[in-house]
Amino acid sequence: MSIKVENVFYTYQPGTPFENRALTNVSVEIPEGSFVSIIGHTGCGKSTLLQHFNGLLMAEQGSVYVDDVLMTKKTVAELRKKVGLVFQYPEYQLFEETVYKDIAYGLQREGLTTEEERGRVLDAMRIVGLDEEMAERSIYDLSGGQKRRVALAGIIVMNPSYLVLDEPAAGLDPAGREEILGYIKNLQKERGTTIVLVSHSMEDVAKLADKIIVMHQSEVIMEGSASEVFRNEEKLTEIGLAVPQITVLWNKLRRSFPNLPEDVYTVEAAKKAISEYMGGGVK
Amino acid sequence: MKPSIGQYIPGNSILHKSDPRTKLVMTVLYMVAVMFIDTFLGYGVATLFLIISVIASRIPVKMVLKSLKPLVFIVAFTVLLNIFFQKGETLLLSVWIIEIYLEGILFAVKMAIRIIILVAGASLLTFTTSSISLTDGLERLMSPLAVIRFPAHDIAMMMSIALRFIPTFTEETDRIMKAQSSRGAEFDTGSFMQKIKSFIPVIIPLIISAFRRAEDLAVAMESRCYRGGKGRTRFRMLKFSWCDAVISCFMIAFFAVIIIFKL
Amino acid sequence: MMFDLKNVSFSYEETEREPEYEKRGKKINIDETLIPSKVFAVENLNFTIKKGEFVAIVGRNGSGKSTCAKLLNGLLLPENGTVIVDSFDTKNSEFIWEIRSRVGMVFQNPDNQIIGTTVEEDVAFGPENLGVPYFEMVERVNSAIETVGLSDHKSREPHLLSGGQKQRVAIAGILAMKPKCIVLDEATAMLDPIGRREVIKVITKLNKEHNITVVLITHHMDEVAKAQRAILIDKGKMVFDGTPGELFSHREEVYEAGLETPQVSQLFYLLNKEEGFNLPEDTIDVDTACARLEALLKGDNHVH
Repeated sequence: MSIKVENVFYTYQPGTPFENRALTNVSVEIPEGSFVSIIGHTGCGKSTLLQHFNGLLMAEQGSVYVDDVLMTKKTVAELRKKVGLVFQYPEYQLFEETVYKDIAYGLQREGLTTEEERGRVLDAMRIVGLDEEMAERSIYDLSGGQKRRVALAGIIVMNPSYLVLDEPAAGLDPAGREEILGYIKNLQKERGTTIVLVSHSMEDVAKLADKIIVMHQSEVIMEGSASEVFRNEEKLTEIGLAVPQITVLWNKLRRSFPNLPEDVYTVEAAKKAISEYMGGGVK
Repeated sequence: MKPSIGQYIPGNSILHKSDPRTKLVMTVLYMVAVMFIDTFLGYGVATLFLIISVIASRIPVKMVLKSLKPLVFIVAFTVLLNIFFQKGETLLLSVWIIEIYLEGILFAVKMAIRIIILVAGASLLTFTTSSISLTDGLERLMSPLAVIRFPAHDIAMMMSIALRFIPTFTEETDRIMKAQSSRGAEFDTGSFMQKIKSFIPVIIPLIISAFRRAEDLAVAMESRCYRGGKGRTRFRMLKFSWCDAVISCFMIAFFAVIIIFKL
Repeated sequence: MMFDLKNVSFSYEETEREPEYEKRGKKINIDETLIPSKVFAVENLNFTIKKGEFVAIVGRNGSGKSTCAKLLNGLLLPENGTVIVDSFDTKNSEFIWEIRSRVGMVFQNPDNQIIGTTVEEDVAFGPENLGVPYFEMVERVNSAIETVGLSDHKSREPHLLSGGQKQRVAIAGILAMKPKCIVLDEATAMLDPIGRREVIKVITKLNKEHNITVVLITHHMDEVAKAQRAILIDKGKMVFDGTPGELFSHREEVYEAGLETPQVSQLFYLLNKEEGFNLPEDTIDVDTACARLEALLKGDNHVH
């Protein structure tokens, strides 16, 4: 079971002077249960790719499969229930009076009893760390970070097997970012939800992702584990991306000390490597 | 972005280069002249005038014709209405209660020509003038009205801000619609009432966002020392040139011909 | 002195929440809804910023740092205390335009501060308001656009620009007003890393080459490292004032305030705390960190 994208092409406004190729022969797989990160800078095609995952955009050429079902006009409604997509700054889509009503919006076509609905909504709220007492609050009384979490709950409530997030931490301060990424990681652990995370923070990506997809100018140019991707510091820098700061430091340090281990991309790993090199620390 | 009626097409023709004030006044004059016309000869002259103007503007004829497309229904409706209901002296055909007169047909044809050359003429203005210079032109033309406390500057500022934000809101609408679709919203199914209802989750966030943007913008303008039109200098200068003289002479000649010869 | 803040406090008007809760008849925690009548967004702030300084004001969302920015050019007026900008008191409404033409502001959302329909028209907006004569205005607009590196995009429509480019347009719009200071009110928060780099590069250049005072309000800690001085604000109060290096070695205050330290500082902290090394924790950039680690690794190799 997975989301499979095979040889997909997509062009915006084809046949006009504004024609813009957004995806060129893109093939990727999102395995079930994994935590996949997509990196690449604005305009590289990653948002276009995300919208193919839940059929908001239909491949011009090539095909998209969700759990082995081909995405077509007929199957899109069914498949969209499996793939939840959270846009950037999702708090701007809130529209109901209360937190509860807004989160429940996505359930309106499911034909649930009031009890069932309430259970689902409260569960989604719990996952994003919102107290039950918040349910009747007006969305206009919330802080920015709380609104973001309400919007996130509005997708989680639909119990998607795949949760696709476009920079869920954009604009949040470090503590807020840590918090929301924590909820997402927990969701993966607790429900086995597959996570696709678009992020500009290489530090977060290095910490969280099992698999990283790098996009550049409408193509997928690299794919693999953190160590496989961040090994290419030069190539990444060349296309305007970066590796985590700790990896920059590490690669620099290894020029003088080639015996240090390769593939360090978290602070923990760096600490461990140094202390081992020094023969187990000073203690 | 589909080319719509009179969407600005950048260019370098005499019409593009002339002052928006000239173009605005001349367009009004043109419309008045066309309303005066009552003979086929007159329409012939007007059409000729229009063709010359289109050539001078270097706007592709195809574009001008395309801009007339939305008129098909209005023209057809007007024509049919006039053919069936205009009474006259020369009865051509009478079936059941329907009577068709020669005068009716002639009048219908005239009406059709009138609508077409009016719209084609006006769209030439918007084809050759960016919306911002149109706004500028309007502001300058209305500025004498400041005497009667008519807020010409404020209206122009509002119009230009509105123009500036159209693409922003188009993008935002698209994004919110997609976001709500991801939560199971459907915009094209169900009855008319259901469809209207389904747009609430789009419209409310849009309105909220518009207010937020307006507030931000007001603060930004204030911090850049905006305090109304008083004492402001202008970056966009409007200047009359020989282009304006040529266009004005040409237009006045046309107007005179129509009025003097009672075409 | 560019800014002089003395005992500055400011509070926003309280919104009425209570009735709504009562109406629904929900049982609610009283502490949560009966908000004290006055919550200070900033409280008793005291600091000065010298001309030509590059200061970062950091704090989490809602810490009051944005309020602080708006006090600096009279968009907000202090409730208590005084804000003196280049010898003008912001409370004196006579000088408000003097102050605003000296202190330019770049705001968070790139889309909501561009007024003109093209880049150059937007840059001209400020000078137009100041009544700058036409020929001087053209000159100012051109040179401002060149300084931020957007000469090739002069007549482009703003919605066709990237976020970083839009913020540079906003900076050029301020430059054309010949300011003494630029305040960036979370101007990088909505940008991607490339956009942020572009903006930081431009303001660093302005600070160094044009001697413009820069106040950078942010929660991105890598940007703080670029400043000469960092002021940490939490819950409306100033909790730290010093160099970025000093700030990051006050690790507890930083995390307490909802922020974080750069990865290199984190590494040094962990090495000290968990492995018993004694490394300087004011290490904030890769080069210094590398040099210090090299010294450590070399030194220790001799011992073993």
